[in-house]
Amino acid sequence: MATEAKLIYMANQIATFFHSKHHDEGVAGVAEHLNKFWEPRMRRQFFELIDAGGEGFDELVIEASATIRRPEPVAS
Amino acid sequence: MSLIREIDYGTPASTSETLVTLNVDGFDVTVPEGTSIMRASMEAGIQIPKLCATDMVEAFGSCRLCLVEIDGRNGTPSSCTTPVSPGMVVHTQTEKLKKIRRGVMELYISDHPLDCLTCAANGDCELQTQAGVVGLRSVRYNVDANHFTPQVRGESNFRYMEKDESNPYFTYDPSKCIACSRCVRACEEVQGTFALTIEGRGFESRVSAGAHESFIDSDCVSCGACVQACPTATLMEKSVVEIGIPEHSVVTTCAYCGVGCSFKAEMRGDELIRMVPFKDGKANRGHSCVKGRFAYGYASHPDRITKPMVRESIDQPWREVSWDDAYAFVADKFASIQKTHGVDSIGGITSSRCTNEETYLIQKLVRQGFGNNNVDTCARVCHSPTGYGLGQAYGTSAGTQDFDSVEHTDVMVLIGANPTEAHPVFSSRMKKRLRAGAKLIILDPRQIALVRTPHIEAQYHLPLQPGTNVAVVTALAHVIVTEGLYNEQFIRERCDWDEFQEYMEFVTDLRHSPEVVEGLSGVPAEAIRGAARLYATGGNGAIYYGLGVTEHSQGSTAVMAIANLAMLTGNIGRPGVGVNPLRGQNNVQGACDMGSFPHELPGYRHIAGEDVRNIFEEEWGVTLVKEPGLRIPNMLDAAVDGTFKGIYIEGEDILQSDPDTHHVAAGLAAMECVVVHDLFLNETANYAHVFLPGSTFLEKDGTFTNAERRINRVRKVMAPKNGFADWEVTMGIANAMGLNWTYTHPSEIMDEIARTTPSFAGVSYDHLDEVGSVQWPCNETAPLGTPIMHIDNFVRGKGKFINTEYVATDERSGPRFPLLLTTGRVLSQYNVGAQTRRTANVIWHEEDVLEIHPHDAEQRGINHGDLVSLASRAGETSLRADVTERVAPGVVYTTFHHPDTQVNVITTDFSDWATNCPEYKVTAVQVALATGRSNWQEEYDRQAEQSRRIEHDGELIHGD
Repeated sequence: MATEAKLIYMANQIATFFHSKHHDEGVAGVAEHLNKFWEPRMRRQFFELIDAGGEGFDELVIEASATIRRPEPVAS
Repeated sequence: MSLIREIDYGTPASTSETLVTLNVDGFDVTVPEGTSIMRASMEAGIQIPKLCATDMVEAFGSCRLCLVEIDGRNGTPSSCTTPVSPGMVVHTQTEKLKKIRRGVMELYISDHPLDCLTCAANGDCELQTQAGVVGLRSVRYNVDANHFTPQVRGESNFRYMEKDESNPYFTYDPSKCIACSRCVRACEEVQGTFALTIEGRGFESRVSAGAHESFIDSDCVSCGACVQACPTATLMEKSVVEIGIPEHSVVTTCAYCGVGCSFKAEMRGDELIRMVPFKDGKANRGHSCVKGRFAYGYASHPDRITKPMVRESIDQPWREVSWDDAYAFVADKFASIQKTHGVDSIGGITSSRCTNEETYLIQKLVRQGFGNNNVDTCARVCHSPTGYGLGQAYGTSAGTQDFDSVEHTDVMVLIGANPTEAHPVFSSRMKKRLRAGAKLIILDPRQIALVRTPHIEAQYHLPLQPGTNVAVVTALAHVIVTEGLYNEQFIRERCDWDEFQEYMEFVTDLRHSPEVVEGLSGVPAEAIRGAARLYATGGNGAIYYGLGVTEHSQGSTAVMAIANLAMLTGNIGRPGVGVNPLRGQNNVQGACDMGSFPHELPGYRHIAGEDVRNIFEEEWGVTLVKEPGLRIPNMLDAAVDGTFKGIYIEGEDILQSDPDTHHVAAGLAAMECVVVHDLFLNETANYAHVFLPGSTFLEKDGTFTNAERRINRVRKVMAPKNGFADWEVTMGIANAMGLNWTYTHPSEIMDEIARTTPSFAGVSYDHLDEVGSVQWPCNETAPLGTPIMHIDNFVRGKGKFINTEYVATDERSGPRFPLLLTTGRVLSQYNVGAQTRRTANVIWHEEDVLEIHPHDAEQRGINHGDLVSLASRAGETSLRADVTERVAPGVVYTTFHHPDTQVNVITTDFSDWATNCPEYKVTAVQVALATGRSNWQEEYDRQAEQSRRIEHDGELIHGD
């Protein structure tokens, strides 16, 4: 799997787990998980995909993305 | 230094709390009820002569040397089999006893060769000692009927048996045997294998492996217990036969599996003569397995690389350089990569094979020196779901018990673990308890040995389809809840009641019922119900689990499901119960504790916490990054994407051990500077630019933390062959980067850990030297450590029930790949085999083989021993088939100990949702007859051969 496809896959796997929680708790859970465990460049790639329409992402991931920390842009 | 001689009390200790006082030779002695007279005397300092007694096994009473006289009793009872009673007056040395003992001894010696001076046990023989003790001065019998002369009166002696040298590590010399039966009892009682027996009767009694087989052909697992028990040279380490007896010893900790056995390294000068399990070792209680006891030869193997080497690119041969040049090379490369590609473009990987101190230094190097959090450990690919799952449910990432706890267990639940192969010394303790009547439930796709083994049969074996752990464990919870078998009082007191209500609602749903789960898992519903009832109502229930739980897409969920089960039944917080992850490698626990995960600092504290960062910022004098770093699989992805360019890997062979070899190789090949720090040119080193030679556990000081959170000392017994201990090498890199580290001994590193990490606050080398070992948390409130956790409260406060919805893995069988591959280990080999393949252990396992059910084999025209191809969507390799019913139809199994098979070329990039722990345990595969090795194997060999060339004095030699 290419990295982008893998990120979508991984985010959806996380969402699948949090679907067994109440909706709000699930959204918070997904956001917290990505904030805690995803390195900034992974979140950067994640937001590129979300910003491009978020195709392929579980709806819980899309909803959680509002509370996922956007990493600093790369210093050029 | 001198040879540590442990006191042999003759019989095991009694655990009774009632004390009894007796008199031995005029001295009052107080001992627990049930103690033998022999042991009581020894405790008073009076050594009663003995041959067939030793405190590793129960008394037998056969040698008649330990007789005593007791006031008011007739005769001369044996002191080993006679328990003490209050007011008893014992005489251990009377004229009558002296005469009897001398007579007994004379008979023994009449059938024993008098070659003491040239005997391997000279100076270490109990028969010799006892002959001296009883004052034997002559032997009146000169019998033709004996067991030790090859010939009698010119005719061959039919009683004489040749030495059995079949085991690579010890000899069996029947001519020296006194038939005391200690070896037979050690094999039964301590190891639990029942490989040895006494054949014949009376004078014809002989020790025999199996039915008069050689040791190697018998069921013997070469644990060494018989050798240790033998009072003579009958069972003797070959190393002692070849070199002589040791003169000093040092207590240290085995560097193999997560049991963490204590050993005496017995030395002569700087030569290691043998490793003998240490009776006071609290993990192993004097027992060992074939790896720790015997498989240390890799330390002196000629393949070891002892000089640092560098090269600009991996198609060049290696060039030997000085240590300073190597350090400078690394520092320059890493600095230039960071300058070009950014601070986050490099990282480090530490290993569960490293000591705590080494691992601590690696994460410090990354955080302080590299200025990022790109550090990970191989626990990523084994027990990271344990860390996450138990952390969520209970608040701490560790097993709840000590190993001694098993002695109080009534029902063991073993899930996805094969302790007789992977944790042999602990499995012996389990088996001992099972023989005493504890019940056993096994969840495993394979028929592992414990399902049925001498004197043990599991009450329930649930042979689930790989990938259905969560469904089956949740079904167990369903039964416990719907049948009202849960412990409401415990849940009300110790857990969050509201969360429990929600969990009840979740778990009682029909989709979690055994009848529905039967369809998914293949496990009969009645077996699930029976197992759940037994665990919930059978007394103290303890769950032991391994990588068969964690290495799945739902690994973390399965760990939470297990945590739920223990809370539901109140099986937490006292001896005999708990949730116990069996750790694969020696220091998995410690590696996790030491902050080697990219999101947390030592002591499981998330990097985002300002207070925690402050502690380390003050200690290290830098500002720390608050964002989590890359995990191993993320590092490889980033490498392939071109944003991760340099890595320092200590003690880990990711090319062989990590999944999806093609992807790992592509990641490594894409990097500009790969630094491998290891004993051998391992598989990863094929892609390395710098090789830093490592030191073995025998060559350095440090600590390992085993599966029960026990911090054990590793002690240096010889100088490092490469010149430096591994912590010094990491310090060399750090200082080349200008970090000015000034450690002079690993104890100073531990002091820094204790200073910064509350659960280690009370740990120091002085303390460990004093008390032997401690289980963390070890601090002011628990100066001697914490054998059992969550006694009154969970670490997180209230225990948390978490809904564990089963989700089928996407890795499933289909028309192209109709079988499911699962992977595991064998007793004689360890992990990637880098160490054990370089010992005589290969005699037991020369190659990885593929277990396949006769039905699947027949469909494919495969016979036992055929070369077959094993293919998945990730890759293809070839290996030999082992047609066996140990695996169910539809499931195949192999090990990952050999690089020429490299089963990880088959495993895929699927991983645990929470931790990215790879799904090693489920891969959809196809198996077919092969005409030869796969193209990949051929290509790999070619690349490896080219990559291992070393330029030495202008010539090219091949490292291996």
